Amino acid sequence: MLDNSPQRTAALEVKGLKIYYETPAGDVRAVDDVSFTLYEGETLGFVGESGCGKSTASMGILQLITPPGRIVAGEVRLDGQNLLELSEEELRRQRWEKLSLIPQGAMNSLNPTMRISAQFRDVIQTHEGKQPKAKLKQRILDLFQTVGLPARIYSMYPHELSGGMKQRVCIAMGIALNPKVIIADEATSALDVVVQRVVAQTMLKVKKALGVSMIMIGHDMGLMAQMVDRIAVMYAGHIAEIATVEQMFRRPGHPYSQVLIDSVPSLTERQALRVVEGITHDPRNPPKGCIFQLRCPHAMDVCRREPPERREIEPGQEVACHLWQRQPDGRYADVRQSA
Amino acid sequence: MGRIPAGYLFRRLGIFVLTIWLAATVIWIIPRLAPGDPISAMVGRMAASAGFIENADAIIEGWQERFGLNEPLFNQYLRYLWGCLRFDFGYSLASFPTQVSTLIGFALPWTIGLLLLAVTITFIFGNFVGAIMVWSHTPRIIKALIPFGLVFTSIPTILAALLLLYVFAFLLNAFPMRGAYALGVEPGLSWDFIWTVIYHGTLPALAIILVSFGYWALGMRGMMITVEGEDYIQLAKAKGLKPFHILYRYMVRNAILPQITAFALALGTLVSGQILVEYIFGYPGMGKLIYDAIITQDFAVIQGTSYIVILLTAIAVLIVDLAYPFIDPRISLKGGR
Repeated sequence: MLDNSPQRTAALEVKGLKIYYETPAGDVRAVDDVSFTLYEGETLGFVGESGCGKSTASMGILQLITPPGRIVAGEVRLDGQNLLELSEEELRRQRWEKLSLIPQGAMNSLNPTMRISAQFRDVIQTHEGKQPKAKLKQRILDLFQTVGLPARIYSMYPHELSGGMKQRVCIAMGIALNPKVIIADEATSALDVVVQRVVAQTMLKVKKALGVSMIMIGHDMGLMAQMVDRIAVMYAGHIAEIATVEQMFRRPGHPYSQVLIDSVPSLTERQALRVVEGITHDPRNPPKGCIFQLRCPHAMDVCRREPPERREIEPGQEVACHLWQRQPDGRYADVRQSA
Repeated sequence: MGRIPAGYLFRRLGIFVLTIWLAATVIWIIPRLAPGDPISAMVGRMAASAGFIENADAIIEGWQERFGLNEPLFNQYLRYLWGCLRFDFGYSLASFPTQVSTLIGFALPWTIGLLLLAVTITFIFGNFVGAIMVWSHTPRIIKALIPFGLVFTSIPTILAALLLLYVFAFLLNAFPMRGAYALGVEPGLSWDFIWTVIYHGTLPALAIILVSFGYWALGMRGMMITVEGEDYIQLAKAKGLKPFHILYRYMVRNAILPQITAFALALGTLVSGQILVEYIFGYPGMGKLIYDAIITQDFAVIQGTSYIVILLTAIAVLIVDLAYPFIDPRISLKGGR
């Protein structure tokens, strides 16, 4: 288990990030007041159901939000710089050198009319200037080797590659400039289970070798548990809980985390599918109080009145839920047990 | 990509020859479906205007023998096909005894010169406009002005041509009213001649460009918007590539592919498509030749020009077909059809 002492240096800090999508019927609050810290060398997983804002949050960090979406407020600090305050040209120079992306749809993330090698060359030479041809080629071939790609794809076109190969090309591209932070946005979701495993292992291997910090986005709690150090559970644009994998599975603090963990199928017992009661609120018009109240089995009066602050119920485990109340001794306890 | 397999090349050339043969046959059959024969009709017309012609029957017979019209149809057909191969379409009826091939020989260079240039400029300019309409780094003022340029798209070519003539040739006297070159200049490879050709060609070219660049621009705009939403554009932005590099290497490069196919088809209609423009500007090209031939019912010329138009169309399509794998690496000619 990773210790969570404050001495650890932050690689990326996100504070109060708000991203809204404009619609004729009002703003959709896709990401609403999201704050977290990514420490150096760690892998932070973001999980949550479709539409919970995890991908939008990652696009917000990368500054790739396009209309009708817009960043309303917040700070994204990387290397002490707030990315939101940089000019377009400054931002462009920082991109990929410090913050790279392993995209969601690797199938369509490569330019179909450019050879694989050319798509590496352009990013390397844009950021590092012209280089001798032979040196550049060797560097690209080394990258291929790191992710287990054969050298023969060097001058191939994307359509000549399989899905798993394209995904690995994207991983190799993501590490080409040795970035500080890599965001892997559902990098394995589009692949079948076998390839998924191979790609996931490749990613872990690469991550370990480079010591890079990583944000991994997904909706598969089981897969996440094997790959990340800490998990952030997102619901409707909010972080419901953020904790180490161990803490999360031992004692999930938020009712929604519990639901997600229960939904991981077990190999040993056969269970009926757990269905979460209730429906998600209209994202244009979030309810007063806690965002999860409409579906929460433990909703109380206070949940309908005021939104829960995020509280650290034990070192490293932060939960945004009224179920956890501070006790006279300064510790937090679950009100269901104390009552 | 890269090489054209021999099997495909032969099959494609076979289709090319077949197309030409079928087209030539149709051109040959259609006039023969009409009742009567052209020589009796011509002599009849002459008799009607002159009142009486001596030995009319002998004249008809003599001419029929001369043109081979008394031979069996199949022989006539073979003779016609042989003529097509050598670009020999016989004599023009309206300007006898000039050969049809001579008339085409005079007209074709003008048309290819003017229209190839105008259509190519239109293609490049239209696609450029379409691309910058979508590019997010285009200055706003330019984006705001483009729709005004597209107004011409809704004006028929003939009206645009008249408008240009009125404003630039009549009112401002900046350009000549008609013709392809000044009368005093000796045709040849001299600067004087080149200058007068450009001077005379500007207005007709402008008429074509103004009216048709909008089609390319709007088509390109649609393709650019589609490409802009692709995942690889987002990744290119995340990679921190320079905006202009993304524009031409990632967006335009992919968006222009369907436009190139359309360009091949446009080249095909090029020779016959601008008859009105050539007519209005008195430009001595194929369009004018076709127009005059229709007015004077010069069937030999119609037949010859139609054949040339079809031949050029087929050649343009053939070139694009063979060139496509070099343009789009996803297209492979191996084993495909």
